[in-house]
Amino acid sequence: MILQAIAFYLFAGVTVASAVMVVFARNPVHSVLFLILAFFNAAGLFVLLGAEFIAMILVIVYVGAVAVLFLFVVMMLNIDFKAMREGFVSNAPIGVIIGFILIVELLLLVGGWTIQAPAIGAIATPIPPINEVTNTEALGHVLYTKYIYLFQAAGMILLLAMVGAIVLTHRTRPGIKRQVIADQIAKGHMDTVSVQKVPSRSGV
Amino acid sequence: MLEIGLSHYLTLAAILFTLGVLGIFLNRKNVIIILMSIELMLLAVNVNLVSFSVFLGDLTGQVFTLLILTVAAAEAAIGLAILVIYFRNRGSIEVDDISMMKG
Repeated sequence: MILQAIAFYLFAGVTVASAVMVVFARNPVHSVLFLILAFFNAAGLFVLLGAEFIAMILVIVYVGAVAVLFLFVVMMLNIDFKAMREGFVSNAPIGVIIGFILIVELLLLVGGWTIQAPAIGAIATPIPPINEVTNTEALGHVLYTKYIYLFQAAGMILLLAMVGAIVLTHRTRPGIKRQVIADQIAKGHMDTVSVQKVPSRSGV
Repeated sequence: MLEIGLSHYLTLAAILFTLGVLGIFLNRKNVIIILMSIELMLLAVNVNLVSFSVFLGDLTGQVFTLLILTVAAAEAAIGLAILVIYFRNRGSIEVDDISMMKG
């Protein structure tokens, strides 16, 4: 019990601290790195909760793909980040006021949350006992049967995002010689070889 | 304090969500930080869903989390693609100028 509490406060503390650093870091590269740290610690929290599959997906998808994408874009674009921080101080009061109101409201709402008995009766897909079926297996059982349409829709969203990103960023540069295979195939011998009548004793 | 329950996780998610909102307000000029703040808010939502799922004993919350992860990844990819072509056209990523994209 005490070990669980220590682990929770460690992971939660590092997550919140790195989230603060994402917002306040001067260099966006540092922001991305702190975002990665926050995701790692959130994955630790998910392991602590017993949702290993979500934790591993968080590490693979977020740290492996999304955060690296962020890092790539931050480093690819040549941006004056000093100018970007103008208005940081002038925006601070309203941001802090709204953030304070939001956190107070959220804490009042969820601080004393307990699960009531009627909610237990409304469980759609109960978690099987952990010593019989692992979390990943249980999730697979419902994901490929009960929620198969949602799963397919998620795949379609990813396909759409992939096509959209390629279409948006793809550009054809003028003035670059490229191999055109159709032209190469369509070329006949008449285009390249010609028969010349050469008069005797003169040459071409 | 030592008994880690649902409200601990919900409080953590509330703090993360508020930090995400604060990040959008404070870094109003920098689209990249705004996108990262949105990722933080989505992470807070994921923490909420997973903790409810575990403490209620219902797997549906974890399935929802997978879908939110999918949508977040798609959103990040499209957002950064728009950012890249915007930078290619304008040479900056000032949020105030993005209204010129319309029409």
